[in-house]
Amino acid sequence: MKVKYTPYTQLAEAWMQPGPFAKFTRTCVLWQIVKFAAYNLKIIKVVAKGH
Amino acid sequence: MAKVVVLGSGFAGQTAALNLRKSLGKDHEVVVVTPNKKFGYVPSWVWVGVGRMDVSETQFELAPVYKRMGIGYVNGLARAVHPDDNYVMVDLLEGGEEKVEYDYLINATGPKLNYAATEGLGPDHGHTVSICTPNHAAEAGEEYLKMVERMERGEEVKMLIGTGHGMATCQGAAFEYIHNIAFDLEERGLLDRAKITWLSNEQALGDFGVGGMVIGKGGYTVSGKIFAEASFMEKGFGWITGAHVTKVEEGKAHYITIDSAEDQVEEFDFAMLIPAFAGVPIKYINKDGNDITGELCAPNGMLKVDADYTSAAKGFDNWKKEDWPETYQNQTYGNIYAAGISFAPPHPISKPAAAPDGTPIVASPPRTGMAAGIIGHVVALSVADIINGKADKPVHTASMANFGAACVASMGKSMTKGSAAVIAMFPVVPDYERFEYGRDMDATFGDQGLAGHWLKALLHHLFIYKMKGKFGWWLIPD
Repeated sequence: MKVKYTPYTQLAEAWMQPGPFAKFTRTCVLWQIVKFAAYNLKIIKVVAKGH
Repeated sequence: MAKVVVLGSGFAGQTAALNLRKSLGKDHEVVVVTPNKKFGYVPSWVWVGVGRMDVSETQFELAPVYKRMGIGYVNGLARAVHPDDNYVMVDLLEGGEEKVEYDYLINATGPKLNYAATEGLGPDHGHTVSICTPNHAAEAGEEYLKMVERMERGEEVKMLIGTGHGMATCQGAAFEYIHNIAFDLEERGLLDRAKITWLSNEQALGDFGVGGMVIGKGGYTVSGKIFAEASFMEKGFGWITGAHVTKVEEGKAHYITIDSAEDQVEEFDFAMLIPAFAGVPIKYINKDGNDITGELCAPNGMLKVDADYTSAAKGFDNWKKEDWPETYQNQTYGNIYAAGISFAPPHPISKPAAAPDGTPIVASPPRTGMAAGIIGHVVALSVADIINGKADKPVHTASMANFGAACVASMGKSMTKGSAAVIAMFPVVPDYERFEYGRDMDATFGDQGLAGHWLKALLHHLFIYKMKGKFGWWLIPD
């Protein structure tokens, strides 16, 4: 669904529409494998700091 | 020989019971008292609520696990604790009652879902659905699919998602639900037939009851509010924040806000609003037969522990990390502990606000599965050390102001097109004396994408495996 930009509305004030490349990276398997590894490392860091 | 009784079989209770069994010799007894026959993996109920997962995939039978692990199991509802005489009266599900004696008691009952605090709220006696129990989530899924049928017939449907009380918590679950609905409708080509509105007690989107968060992104340091709003903008959701729902009628939610005490109405065809939480109504009776629940528990019924409960009155600007409990030991009865949602927080994490008529509106502190597991774990270690003669007081600590939390918020269930927001923060309670933005920016982040969904799916299987106490379960972090 494409959201229409209408100035001076709640949606317009929060406008940060991802472009085609940003949308592509969200589901690009190769890039997401890298992200998956990064998330795990970052979460391990969070867990480790609390122990 | 010592006997430890754990009330509850959620993340905190199950983690405590498994760790106690691991740390104590066979001459000591571990008993779980729970009204449930099955463990429920709460984080996946959001998928049940949109009909994308069968509720049975989120559950497993407790009895075989306890039998294999050598953990006692009393299937009933704890009615009264007699702390001077060290026993709990339990109403058994099969009928009758049982007196369960203990040397150490861990209250890990989780919350009472306080639908009654908002007239007309909830699936049993109200007009809204819920994803807070497995049955409710399954019912929510059925109701949601009825809305899908209406949209397929060409109707437009109004959906209202969020919190149903000014003091509610668990905004994260509602955030997941609203995004999963949008994802599912988008896949069905129906999103433009739904008017979806968020209604919440958060002062701003992205607060989540933890005072919001700041994350590093693209070389900038950015408020999480911006990303939360952008995610709503992208799907065309409207949002109302700082709201206390006063009453729900058929198709209408009445609310007031921080800005206005005038009755406002949001109409809906389908509403999922998270209720306020309260403590499970267990009575504490002293040796004279007097009810001392009011002394041991906060007004909402949650058990007081080693927090500084005088700090609430000092005001948001004077709150410190030392206000938060570390050992979760009750300060009147040293052999009683609370773990997970059952402990009474000293005060909110988010800044309190109120409607012009004085009605308090503040997102209550969340205690996610990770926090509940960590607390259940340290309580179990402390109790085991005392029983094993290694300590004479609880020595294992886990303050929410000293440990972090990771939250994977689903935004759509699909292994190829799904998405989730991966959010981590350290610590949970911001510490502005230690960190410029309240949290360690090296261990606080947020991101969104397909990998987040993979992580959420992995955690589903990993934690169900762990909670079953299968081989190597203790290697999986809380």
